[in-house]
Parts: sequence; C-alpha cells; structure tokens
Amino acid sequence: MALLNEDHSRFKTFSRRAALLGGGKALLFGALAARLYYLQVVEADKYATLAEDNRISLRLLPPPRGRILDRFGQPLAANEQNYKVVLVAEQAKDVERTLDRLGQIIELKPGERERIMTEVRKKRAFVPVTVREYLDWKAVSRIEVNAPDLPGISIDVGQTRAYPYGAQMAHVLGYVAAVSEAELKDAEDPLLELPGFKIGKNGLEKEYDEKLRGTAGTSTIEVNAVGRTIRELKREEGTPGKDLVLTVDSQLQTYVQQRLSAEKSASVVLMDIATGGVLALGSVPSFDPNAFNLGISSAHWRNLLNDPLHPLTNKATAGLYNPGSTYKMVVALAALEAGIDPAQEVYCPGHYKLGNARFHCWKRYGHGKMDMHAAIKESCDVYFYDVSRKVGVDKIAEMSRRLGLGDETGLDLPGERGGTIPTKAWKRAQIGEPWQGGETLVTAIGQGFVLTSPLQLAVMTARIAGGHAVTPHFARDLQPRGDDGPKAQAVDAAQEVAAKRDPAAAAEAGPAARAGLFPKLDIPDAHLRLIRDAMDAVVNEQGGTAYGKRITRDGWAMAGKTGTSQVRRITMAERRQGVIDNEDLPWRRRDHGLYVAYAPVHAPRYAVAVVVEHGGGGSSAAAPIGRDVLTEAQRLDPLANDSPEQIAGAAPRGRS
Amino acid sequence: MSLAGFNRNPELSLGQKFLQVNWGLILLIAVLAAIGCVMLYSAADGSMTPWARRHALRFGGGLVLLLVVAMFDIRFWFRWSYPIYLAGLLLLVAVEVMGTIGMGAQRWIQVGPLTLQPSEVMKVAIVMALARYFHGLSEEDIVRPTKLIGPLVLVALPTVLVLKQPDLGTSLILIMVSGVLFFAAGVRLWKFGVVAALGAGAVPIAWQFLRDYQKQRVLTFLNPESDPLGAGYHILQSKIALGAGGMFGKGLLEGSQSHLNFLPEKQTDFIFTMLAEEFGLIGGVALLLLYAIVILYGFAIALRARNQYGRLLAIGLTANLFLYVFINIAMVMGLIPVVGVPLPLVSYGGTAMLAIMISFGLVISVYVHRDIRIPRRGLGEED
Repeated sequence: MALLNEDHSRFKTFSRRAALLGGGKALLFGALAARLYYLQVVEADKYATLAEDNRISLRLLPPPRGRILDRFGQPLAANEQNYKVVLVAEQAKDVERTLDRLGQIIELKPGERERIMTEVRKKRAFVPVTVREYLDWKAVSRIEVNAPDLPGISIDVGQTRAYPYGAQMAHVLGYVAAVSEAELKDAEDPLLELPGFKIGKNGLEKEYDEKLRGTAGTSTIEVNAVGRTIRELKREEGTPGKDLVLTVDSQLQTYVQQRLSAEKSASVVLMDIATGGVLALGSVPSFDPNAFNLGISSAHWRNLLNDPLHPLTNKATAGLYNPGSTYKMVVALAALEAGIDPAQEVYCPGHYKLGNARFHCWKRYGHGKMDMHAAIKESCDVYFYDVSRKVGVDKIAEMSRRLGLGDETGLDLPGERGGTIPTKAWKRAQIGEPWQGGETLVTAIGQGFVLTSPLQLAVMTARIAGGHAVTPHFARDLQPRGDDGPKAQAVDAAQEVAAKRDPAAAAEAGPAARAGLFPKLDIPDAHLRLIRDAMDAVVNEQGGTAYGKRITRDGWAMAGKTGTSQVRRITMAERRQGVIDNEDLPWRRRDHGLYVAYAPVHAPRYAVAVVVEHGGGGSSAAAPIGRDVLTEAQRLDPLANDSPEQIAGAAPRGRS
Repeated sequence: MSLAGFNRNPELSLGQKFLQVNWGLILLIAVLAAIGCVMLYSAADGSMTPWARRHALRFGGGLVLLLVVAMFDIRFWFRWSYPIYLAGLLLLVAVEVMGTIGMGAQRWIQVGPLTLQPSEVMKVAIVMALARYFHGLSEEDIVRPTKLIGPLVLVALPTVLVLKQPDLGTSLILIMVSGVLFFAAGVRLWKFGVVAALGAGAVPIAWQFLRDYQKQRVLTFLNPESDPLGAGYHILQSKIALGAGGMFGKGLLEGSQSHLNFLPEKQTDFIFTMLAEEFGLIGGVALLLLYAIVILYGFAIALRARNQYGRLLAIGLTANLFLYVFINIAMVMGLIPVVGVPLPLVSYGGTAMLAIMISFGLVISVYVHRDIRIPRRGLGEED
C-alpha cells in the first residue's frame, strides 16, 4: 500500500512535470512553425529573388563586327574564323599527358605550356582554357584526326578581324585591339568587359566603332553552385554590327600606296570634287594592322613608335607642312576680292625689297613682267610679295578659311590636325609680338607660319575646281548587313557621278547623291575661272612649272600647282655662292615637294594633293605622283567607258 | 502481500505482446521514413540510388529491431540499464583511444563489420541509466541534493568524453536530455536555476576549450550574412531555399537551390530545407505536425505506464526525438548555430536510424508492459 501511495504521488509529480514539458515542446514547435512562416511567406519574395540570382546567370553574346567595304563592296576589314585549341581539364583527366601528346602535333613552347598549366590550376575544371589561337587549317585537321588521343582537347571557332589589304589600308582603317583599363573604366557597353573583346583603336575602326560593334545578345543560363552551366533558358541574339561602306576605291588606294612606296615619307589625298568622298588616302611608311589584332609584341610596338619616319602617323591628315607655292591660289583669290586687277603687271627682278630686307624669288634672275596668270603659271614669288602687301595678311587668312585651310576639315577619321593660318591677332595671341611686314611676304608664298595638311590642300583644290564648299568624308553609308551587293554599289557609284552632272535630280535620288548638298563658295565664279585657267596653264602651257608632268591623253588632262616648302633657311652667304641643289643635301634638310591638282581640267571630278617629305621641288618630286594618281583615277572611273546603265547591268568588275 | 491481486504483474505471452504493440505509432514512423525516401529520391535528382533505396532497407531492418526490442520485458531493460550505460561509456573511451578520424573529429568505431558511433548509443543509454536511477528515488530522496550527485556523474562522464571528440552538438543534447529527465523526475526547479546560472558563468571558460571551427560556427550563427561565401554560406543558402519555396513549394525535383547544389549536405542535415523548398510551408508544417503527433504518442505512453522507470524512459526518449527535430530544423532556419544533427527518420544515415528505431522499440516496450510494476528498490530481491 505504501508502495502504491508512494508511486501515486510520484506519478502526480511526473504528470505535472510532463504537462509542463509538453507545453514547452509545443511552444518550441510553434516557434519553428512561426519561423518557417516568416521565411516562406513574409520574406518569400526576397528569398525567391535571391534563389533566382543564384540560379540564373547572364552571358553576353558578342555580335559579329560590321565589315568595312570599299565603294564597290570589296571588303577592306572583315571577320575571319579564328580556330583555337581549347583544353577542358576535367575531360582531360591527365592534363600533362594530353599536353605532351598535343605537343607532338603543334609545337608548344615551354613558356606557353607554363601559362596553360597556370590557367588550368586557376580555373575550375570545366572551364575551357585556350591553348593556342589562330591555327591554320593544317594544324586544325591534324588535331581533329588525333582527337581520340587528345582527351579534353577541342577546336573552338571564334571570330577575328582581318585586313586583307594589310598596310595599304592601315592609315584609313586603323585597327582593333583589346580594351584597355582606361577604356574599361568609363565604358557603358558591357561588351567591353568580355574577355578578349576588341574595339577600334584607330582610324575608321575607332571613328565608327559603336556602329560597327553592334549590340550584345544575351544567353540566360542556369548554373549550379560552382558555376557550371546546366542548360540555356533563353537566348536573345544581339544586333550585328552594321557594315560600313566607304567612298574609298580599294584599287585606287592600293595604287596610291604602291606609287608612294618609292618615297621614304610621303602622303596623298585623292577626293571626289563633287561629293567630298575620299577615294584614296595614302601615307608612307605604313604598318600592318593585322599585327595589332593578333596581339602585337612590345618590341614590334616600340619599333613602330620610335621609327623616325613615324609609320603610325597618318601624314595626310596629321602631317602639317608649309603649303609653299600651292598657297598662291589663295593669295590670288584674296587679291581679286580686294579689287586688284589681274592684268596689272608687276616687274620681277629676282628679288623684292622691303626696307632693308631683300626677299628673293625662286628664280634668281627674275621673271620680268608678270600678271596674275603668269605669276601662278610660273610661280613668281615677287608678284605675290607685291600683291600681299596690298591685300594684307588678314584678308589672305580669311580667304584661306573659306577654302578650308588652317582648321580641321571634319573628316570622319580620328587624329586630324588643324594647322595654322596666321593673322595679326593670331601672332599677338600666340607669340605675343606684333606682326611684321616681312611676315606677310613670307606668308604669301606659303612659308613661315602657314601650316596645312595634305588633306586641307586637297579640299582647297576641290573647292577651287568645283566652286562648292565641299568637305571630305569616308563613310558613304552605314548599311545593314547583307543588303548591299557589289552590283548595288556600282549603281550607287554611278548615281554619285550622275548627281554631279544634275544636282537637282540627285537631291531626289537619295543620300548617296550628296553633290547638291554643299553650298556654293562665297567667291565669284569669274575669280575662280581666272585661277583655274592659271592652274591649267601651270600644267598644260609651255613654261608652266609642271608642264613636263602633264597628262597627254585626250580629255584626261589635269590642272595643278606645284609647291616647295623650305625646311631650312637659305643664308645670304649661301645665296651669293649659289643655292645648293637639293640632291646634294642630306635627306633631312631637303625641301618638301608639294603638288595639288584636279582633273579632268574642263569637267573636274578628282582633286589630289601630294606631299613628299624632303623630296626636293614640288615639280620634280610631287607632280609626277599627282599625275599618275589622277591618271589612274580616271582609268578606273566606272563611267570612263560605260554609261551608268551599263554599269548597273554589268557584273561587278573582277576584283579580288 | 495482501493486495497481491492489486499488485499483479500481468505476464503476457509473445503473441499477446505482439497485439499490444502500438501499431498507430509504427504507422507514423513509417510515414516519416517514407517521406525520407521521397526526399532522398529527390536529393539524388530523381534516383533511388544512392540514398533512397538504402534508406528504405535500413528502415525495414530497423523495424524488425524495433519489434524485437519492444518484445523484451521492461524489467529486462530495467536490469540491463546500468550495464548498457557502462558499455556505452566503454565504447566512448574506446573511440577516444583508437577511434578513427572522420569529419575532423573522432566519432566512429569499427566493431567487426559495423561502423558504430558510440555517442549515438550513449544518447539512448543515458536515458536508460537516469531512468533507472530516478526510479529508485522516493519523493523525499529527490529533494536531497546529495542524491543528485550520482546522476550528475552519470551525465558528466559521457558528456566530457563526447566533448573531447569533439562533438559539441551531441554533448549539448546529452545535457539537455538529462535535464528533461531530472525535470520529469521532480528535481526542484530552483536547482535548475542554479545549474543554469553556473552554466552561464562557465561559458567564457568553456569558450577557451572550443575548437576553432566550433567558435567559427557560433560566430557565424550570430551574423551569417557577414561572410556569405565562407562559413555563413550554408545557413544563407538554406534560408534562400526555404524562402524560395514559399507557401506551396516548387514541387518535387524542382527545387533549384537543392538540385543545383547550392544547398550543402542536402541528404543529411539539410534535408528539411529541401523538403520545405519543394513542398513549401504546407509541407514543412505537415512534417512538424507528424513529429508532434509522434511526440504526443510518447507522452501518452509515458503517462499510461505504471512504473516510474517506464515513464521516465518514454519521456526521455521522446525528449530525445524532440531535441533532434528541433535542433535540426532550428539550425537550417538559422535560429541556432550549425550543429551536425540529422532529422530523425528522414535524414540519410545508418547509426542515427538504428538509434532512433531502438528508442522507439523501448518506448513501445514501455507501452506493451505498461501494467507491470517495478518495486522502487529494484527487482530480483522480492521485498
């Protein structure tokens, strides 16, 4: 009985305690349920987002870069297949052995192998590591054949930029290269952050980079905790870059570069007088843009940078030279505007006196009596000394500006330089000294402070020849890809030409016909006609400074003006002994030879400017190049022998 | 012995005992194990191997063991309580001496073909030993502090050994289960207060003895977002999975967190997370309810037993189950630090399954032999 009672009281205690325990457990389970409710219902949205962030990864799909085509649709910059060997460590199992075997097929340098092993160790086992890029077909096929012996090795195809014309187009096209840190910092386009992505670094590739680049596509993929792709959920293709069609004629461009290749350092601009389209732009020496794309070695880069001939500089747009006598048309036009009678003669005794100073004519014993026409034709300095004093430097500068000199022309190519057209105000502001009378004389023959680029000289020539305020440009059009075959290009080219003949019709014909778009120059036609006649005489009349370099073929004749830009001062002592011939001077001290011209002389289509650095006189060094370039331009004219209709219907010219 | 009829010890035949088995409880256990199978099937991305099939087989084997344990007379277990405790203690010593290194801590011991985890054995054995001890204490004895020295030693020995392995989680469970038994046996509440105060005072000292990874776990628990890719990664990913599951879950095999391996150890410690991601709040609460019912069963069995040993055994083992469930789920929800405690019957793991099935065997044995009385002073010497 005692036992029972005792147990009974123990049971009472126990059941009381058990009830408390049960209550406690219920509370704790309740807490769990509440926490579960909080996580799964109250905070569900937050965690659902986090789960998606975990799961979903966006990969950018680089769009194919737009091609750059010449006016006939010939590709100047294109995308080529880039075959590369990639290694996936987890498939290779034994990476060292796989590399040993691969080494028997393509040679692996020790440094290369080290880099691969470092990358393999650094990356997760399923991430492909690039072993070698830019494989040729032979290597690709040998690797493919040996694939069973090469676990983890596969061939991946990427795209790379290729410039089939190499150095001949380098100054126009520029090049692409990997994005630099600085560019990455203020880049908005996420594409730039893609490893291995390349952007335009120079030339047209840079100018039109965004349009050529296109926009990135995205691939939405599901990844697991270590980043392995499980599957692709969604794919949005990007917009491919647009093709850029140039005004350049690749055949002309090639010709120009080859014609210049005999010179150490020279440049040429050939442009269409009506449209302002640049047909060819040559600058030597040049460089191979493909080298940049493949990753230029630092030694190669240093060589290019330190080369005294500056192969990386586009001398046609960034080279600044005294225009020399090619500037005389500007002075003459300024004089005509100032009311000077072109028939009024000035006597040239071989020098001109200003105060105590003597200013020499290039012809030591003088030209005799000179009117404007003769002064341009024979390039008499004394005539222009005299005229410039009557006109004044500021009016000459004003005319220079009207003809496109002394400032950037607005060409769609990076790196253009403006040059200098001096005025009295300019000298006071820049040098802090008052203008001296003698400086006007020096300016009048294109020496001294006057600095212009070959491009500006070409623009000046085109304006004089055409009478319109043309501006130069490269991009004829940015086209969507693939809708523009060579045939359409030829039609467009034909339209451009037709537009010049009939500007009114061209205005309706569309954007390709830009001829009517340039306003007329604010210079009376009569004045321009006088100058053109004189330029005609320079080349085509006996006694003209470029008479020996005239084009004799009927209808192709050109008009032009030579120029020589002094690099050194000729001292009085030297003058007394007789000026040393250029040929006898070291190259660096020889004069620059300049030449501007247009053709055909009575229906101007093409304007050209040539500068040969240290080439000697313009007549001997530059004029032959100008003649050859203009001849070639007319020979290659799509309308030289055919009507526009014939061109449109004909198969594209054999170019490859 | 005048009231011999009152004091009857109903001796049942094996067949009668079998009928007495609480089949409703066994059905609940089977449902929990089945849920485990489904989740393990999902954890293997829709495959019975490597986990789900073995889980089912182990449950089958465990069920047989459960019934065998249940058939043994409660007095048998009463007699063998101390020897089993001693054996468990020896195993813990053995693990200390020759245990193999696993998971950075000595926890496993090879006994023939079996890999045993003595700490799991001890979780059952400590309950048996304490139940045996408190069975022998009268209401008056319980009040005397001197009478508490013995059971405290019973608790302290295995706790220290497990702590040395080092296994902080299990040693805390041992302390908490023991606490439940002390409490159920009627130890005065103020004494718990004293122990708690002493314990709190000991925290700074104990901190010195914690291993770095244990300290890290506690620190990470306190601020899991501080290091989302390091130590806090598990908790954060688990919370993301739970939250992403929402009210109704993503559906079987659809849990992105689990199937894309953001969730660690999803087949063992984090299986609740996967369940709640794939079946949502509904699934999570349903599982909690199932456990609650099982625990209620344990309480009912304890209250119906006519001997103090059986009561304490049932309440202690039920508390054990509760602690497993609570610690595991609280851990994956970021309520307590990460401690390696599986979810009973659902998580994959042999020893844990074995221990839990033996525990239920004992509880059912208490039920089958609920009417047997055991004298306070013990068996054998009929007084």
